[in-house]
Amino acid sequence: MTKQGIIKDINGPIVTITLPGVANGEQVKIGELGLYGEVISLQGSEALVQIYESTEMVRPGEPVEGLSHPLSVELGPGLMGGIFDGVQRPLEKMFLQAGDQIPRGVSPDALDRESQWTFTPTESLEPNTQVSGGIQLGSVQETESVLHRILVPPDVSGELIEIAPEGDYSLDQTIARVRTADGEIRRLKLFHRWPVRQPRPYLHRDHSSEPLITGQRILDTFFPLLKGGKGAVPGPFGAGKTMVQHQVARWSNADIVIYVGCGERGNELVDVLDSFPKLKDPYTGRSLMERTLLVANTSNMPVVAREASIYVGITIAEYYRDQGHDVVMLADSTSRWAEALREVSGRLGQMPVEEGYPAYLASRLSAFYERAGRVETHDCGKGSVSLIGAVSPPGGDFSEPVTSHTKEIIQTFWALSKELADARHYPAIDWVDSFSADVSTAAIWWHEQVDRNWEKRRGQALSMLARDAELSRIVNLVGPEALSSAQRWILEGAALIKEGVLQQSALDPVDTFSSPEKQFLLLDTLLTIYDQGADLIELGVPVQELSDLPILAKLRRCKEVYDSDQLDQLREFRQQAIKIFESIRSEYAQRGEQTS
Amino acid sequence: MSAKEYRTVSAARGGLLTVSQVPGIAFGDRVEIRDSQGRKRNGQVIRSSSIEVLIQVFEGTDHLDLENTWVRFLDTPLEISLSPEILGRVFNGLGEPKDGRPPVVSRLHRSINANAFNPAARTYPKEFIQTGISTIDGLNSLVRGQKLPIFSASGLPHNRLAAQIVRQAKLPDEESHFSIVFAAMGVSYSDARFFQEEFASSGVLGNVVMFINMADDPPVERLTLPRMALTAAEYLAFDLDRHVLVVMTDITHYAEALREVATAKGDVPARKGYPGYLYSDLAEIYERSGRIKDRHGSITLVPVLSMPSDDITHPIPDLTGYITEGQIVLSRELHNQGVYPPVHISPSLSRLMKDGIGKDFTREDHPHVSNQLYALYARALETRNLASIIGADELSARDQRYLKFADAFEKRFVAQGEDEDRSIVETLNLAWELLSLLPTTALTRVTETEMAKYHRHAGSELQQPVQKEPPA
Ligand SMILES: Nc1ncnc2c1ncn2[C@@H]1O[C@H](COP(=O)(O)OP(=O)(O)OP(=O)(O)O)[C@@H](O)[C@H]1O
Ligand SMILES: [Mg+2]
Repeated sequence: MTKQGIIKDINGPIVTITLPGVANGEQVKIGELGLYGEVISLQGSEALVQIYESTEMVRPGEPVEGLSHPLSVELGPGLMGGIFDGVQRPLEKMFLQAGDQIPRGVSPDALDRESQWTFTPTESLEPNTQVSGGIQLGSVQETESVLHRILVPPDVSGELIEIAPEGDYSLDQTIARVRTADGEIRRLKLFHRWPVRQPRPYLHRDHSSEPLITGQRILDTFFPLLKGGKGAVPGPFGAGKTMVQHQVARWSNADIVIYVGCGERGNELVDVLDSFPKLKDPYTGRSLMERTLLVANTSNMPVVAREASIYVGITIAEYYRDQGHDVVMLADSTSRWAEALREVSGRLGQMPVEEGYPAYLASRLSAFYERAGRVETHDCGKGSVSLIGAVSPPGGDFSEPVTSHTKEIIQTFWALSKELADARHYPAIDWVDSFSADVSTAAIWWHEQVDRNWEKRRGQALSMLARDAELSRIVNLVGPEALSSAQRWILEGAALIKEGVLQQSALDPVDTFSSPEKQFLLLDTLLTIYDQGADLIELGVPVQELSDLPILAKLRRCKEVYDSDQLDQLREFRQQAIKIFESIRSEYAQRGEQTS
Repeated sequence: MSAKEYRTVSAARGGLLTVSQVPGIAFGDRVEIRDSQGRKRNGQVIRSSSIEVLIQVFEGTDHLDLENTWVRFLDTPLEISLSPEILGRVFNGLGEPKDGRPPVVSRLHRSINANAFNPAARTYPKEFIQTGISTIDGLNSLVRGQKLPIFSASGLPHNRLAAQIVRQAKLPDEESHFSIVFAAMGVSYSDARFFQEEFASSGVLGNVVMFINMADDPPVERLTLPRMALTAAEYLAFDLDRHVLVVMTDITHYAEALREVATAKGDVPARKGYPGYLYSDLAEIYERSGRIKDRHGSITLVPVLSMPSDDITHPIPDLTGYITEGQIVLSRELHNQGVYPPVHISPSLSRLMKDGIGKDFTREDHPHVSNQLYALYARALETRNLASIIGADELSARDQRYLKFADAFEKRFVAQGEDEDRSIVETLNLAWELLSLLPTTALTRVTETEMAKYHRHAGSELQQPVQKEPPA
């Protein structure tokens, strides 16, 4: 029997209803249009509901229906490659059914019920054994690159009575029956529902130990994020937050990518939808879209669904994590989510604490980021969710509440700078303000997999950049004449690192992705050249002679010339460059002999 | 449609009316109010409960008395009547004619608060629009369906620039021009006049729909006006298959009106007194531009806003920049030096240019040239800064060249005539002329092939290192 009630008051997206027996957090359908919403507080006989859609032309007195469940998502095969709105409505399907604009009061199933999936049961699983949440019942090849493991839902345990044989099933068909402790028979399907505001359980947390490789030099080499780590990308408008997130979505060595467009532009999602199917995953060679899912609540879509969207995203991420996958979730932008919180709390008349934000902003933020991590799953080995949130501080001021709270939660901070972006130094990640707490852990991986000198070279480059900043300040006070030759060569060296390593164009087909080997080789090459130059300067070679060498321009460009699988050519080029410096050395050595 | 009329006003304050004992009134309903003299005002329901209804009165609540005010609920949201006849007409923020001609008669009415476009229905905008202005076409290209605002400030020539864009914008190989929707909020009489004359003299009036709210018109109408204008634009673009260019001015007046209303309602302020929902509210407007699958038309949006005290971090430009697909920023410094259009290159950006330029669209060297000019100009500005400290004579020969480049860039590339309509090829050729002031070794953003093809001195003496310092 459904619960019935009526609307008392409409205040934008916040509606007051009376609905006997309704629970906090329950989903309700309101009005003649049947708009969906969620109960956010109860007081006496009245309940406050936040509505995911526009309430225009809704009237007091219209009926309300309680749906008896909290906001949940459908989890099962058919998610990959899809685009859903902030409450997991399938946007592609809604476009085909309802046209250009998102109609109100319509809620098709998130997952398609018609499609058939080939289910292969787990061999070792026999009927009459005990199963519990997270046990793998079998698997479905969801896309060429994603093996979807079908798990016992977290809230089910008992005796497995029957499991379906290998074959094609639609989502509505039963693939297993479980008798629970109280004798109830649960019919399990290829999918189940899970409430988005409740983290999915796992066995225990596991230490993250491997860096997430994104193919972006400034990220991987300078400010690494571990698989299962939490990162933030703050920056003023136009500095490149979305680009960084798109690049991570494209090129990281994750099994699954969940991209949540939270209160941002519609066209940015179209960009992903258009470009991803055509791009190849450098690790599997398959189309990127096969392992990507989009959640879209664009800036013009109703703000309450925006608040929900990041929970929808993270729940789907956890679901794939539970299958033993490494998942990356990107949220662009968490500031828009925080603003949605602020808007709702404002409508509720809650006391604002800073810049209009409610007091619970910090705790909500940290609870959200806490859902990232690497875990030991019940039955599928280790899985991880890496969480990267963009932050859009008003006026680019990092001291504002969302940025400053986020900074305390995350381990990796990729700070974007307006100055760098204005000079078209992309990615405009500031090497002074950014940090990673996991360099030493990442170093173990780099030293084993790539080169033992990784941490040393990284440190050398960073200290050169720091020296560069100091020296540039001096130049700006008294002019370049005040610097010694060695100091001027530092400026050249830093410029080489900036252009040849740090800058990386997302738009250049070669430069857009750099394998770890290429990253190190570039860095090491440029530093080797710098070191050689520094030696020559000690021998008395004028710095001007070195900085005018055409090879330097070539060194700045070689990132775009040699692909990640042309490292042999890159090594050859490195030898040429080194030779040029060596010949100068011998020239000077001879001259030195002649004059002495 | 039963229109109910009530005389149960229980409060009138700050532009808001409270009406009691009116059951079942829809949220967002349109309202007509008559005062004791029988004069009509307009309003909209902004909160509705079974006990009372809160109405925002567009013309304000001054001189309304509680006894003799009649309120009629029209049982319809704010709508606009649409037909091809809207072209050539002038309306106010409520969609009523402002040109002395009769209202547009049509059976087609649309609510001005459209549902959001489904992102899955959009197609990515990528058709290059040639505006004939080098700083836009060359460095911050506009594409069909983009939202690209002009960030200006008082006293800067944003109106002239907007008018020049309207006059010159076209696809490089197409003659057909845009239909124009012009939305003016809180503008002065002379600004409104400027645009009207501008449209008249360029002979496009018949292809323009104007929505005008003057500085002395009711501020609340500034909130509905852009929505009226965009509903009209959507009709022209997606019903009538036209390419529509929407020019809006001035978003700052719009946001101020929003703040006024929000304050009256007691909404919690976020920054500088603006309500926390300013971002979402502006996004509702800006995101209505774009391209839609299987539709021929498009909506390109050029909003103009003035930055209060020239401050780009002020909430209005700041939130706009967070929503739009780039921005063209005007500079007071260049303006004072007599440069028109005074486009401030460094903070200007077009995010959609990447897919609309280059081979097959403009010219293969365009992306790199644009990047190179940006990088050089940034470097040249540092040099100019240095020169102002240590004196230009102290600079190295290499740095002298950067100085020369900066000057030439501003005087020849940025500056151009108000009637000068440069083709994209002219713009790119001009760019190479300027790039050729520097040796090829200083150009690392363009490829060697491009340099061989376009650099004036490629392969000649400049392959050699820059000349040594002149003797002191
Ligand atoms: N790595 C990169 N390579 C090339 N171009 C880049 C790169 N990063 C950023 N850009 C340029 O900067 C522009 C703005 O980047 P982006 O849209 O990511 O900014 P944002 O920080 O997300 O801004 P907003 O907060 O307004 O969404 C891009 O359109 C692109 O032109
Ligand atoms: Mg962005």
